[in-house]
Amino acid sequence: MSDLDAFRAEVRAWLEENCPPEMREPVRGDEDICWGGRNWKFQSEAQKLWLERCVAKGYTVPDWPKPYGGAGLSAAETKILKQEMARIGARSPLNSFGIWMLGPALLQFGTEEQKVDYLNPIARGEIRWCQGYSEPGSGSDLVSLQTYGEDKGDHWVVNGQKIWTSYADKADWIFCLVRTDKTNKYQGITFMLFDMATPGVTTKPIKLISGNSPFCETFFDDVKVPKTQYVGEINRGWDVAKYLLGHEREMISGGDSAGELVSLGGALAGVLGRNEAGQLDDPILRAQLAAFDVDAFAYRAMGERFIDMWKTGRAHPASSNMMKYVGTELNKVRHELVMACGGSEALEWDSPETKGGARPRAWLRTKANSIEGGTSEILLNVVAKRILDLPGA
Amino acid sequence: MPLYHNEDQLMLKDSVGPFIAEQAPVAHLRQLRDSDDATGFSRDLWAQFVEMGLPGMLVPEAHGGLGMGHIEAGIVLEEIGRNLTPSPFLSTSVGAVAALAKAGGTQAERWLPAIAAGEAIVALAIDEGSKHRPDRIATTATRAGNGFRLDGKKSFVLHGHVADMSIVAAKTDGGITLFAVPKDAKGVTADPRRLVDSSLASHVTLDGVEVDADAVIGEVDAGGEILDALLAAARTGAAAEMVGVGQGAMDMTVGYLKERKQFGRLIGEFQALQHRAAHLYGEMEVARAAVMKAQELLDQGNEGAKLMVSVAKAKAGRAANLAVREGVQMHGGSGMTDEYDIGLYMKRDRALAEYMGDVHYHTEQVARMSGY
Ligand SMILES: Cc1cc2nc3c(=O)[nH]c(=O)nc-3n(C[C@H](O)[C@H](O)[C@H](O)COP(=O)(O)OP(=O)(O)OC[C@H]3O[C@@H](n4cnc5c(N)ncnc54)[C@H](O)[C@@H]3O)c2cc1C
Ligand SMILES: Cc1cc2nc3c(=O)[nH]c(=O)nc-3n(C[C@H](O)[C@H](O)[C@H](O)COP(=O)(O)OP(=O)(O)OC[C@H]3O[C@@H](n4cnc5c(N)ncnc54)[C@H](O)[C@@H]3O)c2cc1C
Repeated sequence: MSDLDAFRAEVRAWLEENCPPEMREPVRGDEDICWGGRNWKFQSEAQKLWLERCVAKGYTVPDWPKPYGGAGLSAAETKILKQEMARIGARSPLNSFGIWMLGPALLQFGTEEQKVDYLNPIARGEIRWCQGYSEPGSGSDLVSLQTYGEDKGDHWVVNGQKIWTSYADKADWIFCLVRTDKTNKYQGITFMLFDMATPGVTTKPIKLISGNSPFCETFFDDVKVPKTQYVGEINRGWDVAKYLLGHEREMISGGDSAGELVSLGGALAGVLGRNEAGQLDDPILRAQLAAFDVDAFAYRAMGERFIDMWKTGRAHPASSNMMKYVGTELNKVRHELVMACGGSEALEWDSPETKGGARPRAWLRTKANSIEGGTSEILLNVVAKRILDLPGA
Repeated sequence: MPLYHNEDQLMLKDSVGPFIAEQAPVAHLRQLRDSDDATGFSRDLWAQFVEMGLPGMLVPEAHGGLGMGHIEAGIVLEEIGRNLTPSPFLSTSVGAVAALAKAGGTQAERWLPAIAAGEAIVALAIDEGSKHRPDRIATTATRAGNGFRLDGKKSFVLHGHVADMSIVAAKTDGGITLFAVPKDAKGVTADPRRLVDSSLASHVTLDGVEVDADAVIGEVDAGGEILDALLAAARTGAAAEMVGVGQGAMDMTVGYLKERKQFGRLIGEFQALQHRAAHLYGEMEVARAAVMKAQELLDQGNEGAKLMVSVAKAKAGRAANLAVREGVQMHGGSGMTDEYDIGLYMKRDRALAEYMGDVHYHTEQVARMSGY
């Protein structure tokens, strides 16, 4: 038996013993997702237990080094862990912007002390982070951001406004882009970290078209940030910000390929009904679902290939832009088809039979996929410039 | 296994890529076309393939081949696609080898070593109408004497007029049976037609063709599984070749965007073209991954391979088609000329699109296999 086979057997046995049965049920909605943080209320004893056990093994961040709360697994071992978790339908023990975004940036740019101090609480789900990038006047053109940190010797005084800050009202800390030099556009931004409980920080929820309000306007009014709480170098935060965006795009791309291959057409045939030949009732819709399935199955292979290459440094550094573009556009098509198959029932907004309008709300939410973390158009610009090397892009 | 080429595979790519680019670039295709070549490929070039061991890549070592897999064959096919190289590699070394290796027995003993040694070209006589419908084979094989009599009409038989042997799929009493029909069999006529991509494919007529019982590949009535193996290999191979065609077209087009000036600027500066080129890049990458996944599953003998093969053929078909259409369009008037190569990519893509089932066929198969 090879080392990897032995590892697979070990993981399988561990999961069998440690993953509570409840945590192997499909996620029904937001309430089943564990985000952690100071104010986190576990939805169930099983959710708590599952997190604690994974934390103890380093499995919330399996490929991070052990001193930072990870399990120190190789890319191949991480892939096996994910496959084995998917095999039994295990839920993710912990979702977090700390894991997906800040963590990779700290691993790359942080000091040893910062890695120990910030990564461990992320891995344990103790501190929940939010992302302070976008501003009312600076969305796609992020580098034009205006939130300003005035140098006061041993600290900055930050003033300004962020917008679209996901979960700002629930987060404990923020990683935030702040202008510290007004004379230099690219080399005048510092990547700061601060506590959302700092005096002068306020948030105001914004309601989405889905009816939910997971993001906020975030205001900074004379917020004091010690001059130790930044990543990378002062005025060089743009490098950190861009690196982090690469990981954010990897995450939003949904390029996860560990689970069962599930056909959307197969799943929706039950909703739409079948004709006497056993085929989906509407031939045009059937054809569209089949075309979607081809794209989705192919994209899943892309997800596997991308992660294999990304985790071993073989991927083009800009390829997460392509992944996010393709993956999010595909996800929007998926939900268009779900709505089309659902018919008038999928229009119901709050009936108990439709789980409170789960379908239309999810459908509307997916429209953000190709906006958040960089719009599709911006991603195409990046691919044209950095991968295809087209002029003037 | 990670879904990227390992060291050995990269070495193969590094030797086959430059070899094909030097020995059989697009100019080679033009030369065959313009000399009205009657074979459909260059025997000299095939001799060079043989020297490199390529025809027997998939042939098991016990039969004198290299015993490699579909991933390796795909590497060769992608380079063939990128250079539009005419060759019998796909039908002989991929499709026929897959069938013979699956079947074993007398015909495998007879033909596999010959293929590996470069001594045999094999054609695949599957299709009958103008669309690929392998579930509706009408050619019949009836018992006669101590063998069979074959009657029927086959179409789109690449290399059919020069093949040393053709694998013929026919209906027998209890199912499908595959036959190895040698070149000189009485009653076989191959009528080659020049196709849009300058390749030659034959209409083959089987008129009372008598073959011995041992011409059966595998067992009588049990050809379905062997045919499936043949189709899976040929489809995956065609998909890999299409990835090469699409990649070649895309690279050429992106190159053109960086050369051609209008409005005092390189046309590659226009966002309308940049976005389409970037979109195409994404589609090509996804197609490439799907094809690799199908190759991997086939090599593993995984039961999920059949679904992924159809996904790969459909996805590669869409992506390569997008590549050649965008390619011709973005070349402007030049794209319409015979002088520029981009149009040749469009033609080859069209032929490969039809080969062993088009996008629509395979998309439909995906629906069926997914239970709807
Ligand atoms: C659900 C959701 C959650 C989010 N969470 C966060 C968060 O946690 N933290 C955070 O900082 N931000 C967050 N965002 C903000 C997100 O990053 C921005 O919305 C995004 O970057 C786009 O900026 P904008 O909204 O200002 O749109 P704009 O930049 O004004 O874009 C408007 C349109 O113009 C197009 N466009 C702009 N520039 C170009 C160009 N050069 N070429 C072609 N087309 C162009 C865009 O593609 C878009 O279609 C979130 C957004 C959403 C929807
Ligand atoms: C069959 C045929 C018959 C013809 N007959 C005649 C004729 O009888 N008389 C005659 O005078 N001409 C004729 N033409 C020429 C035709 O009008 C030109 O080919 C056409 O105007 C495009 O110019 P081009 O070929 O130089 O392409 P280019 O202008 O070089 O264009 C190349 C690509 O770049 C794109 N592009 C260029 N500028 C931009 C931009 N600003 N933004 C976005 N994309 C851009 C184009 O859309 C195209 O995809 C003919 C062409 C063909 C193919």
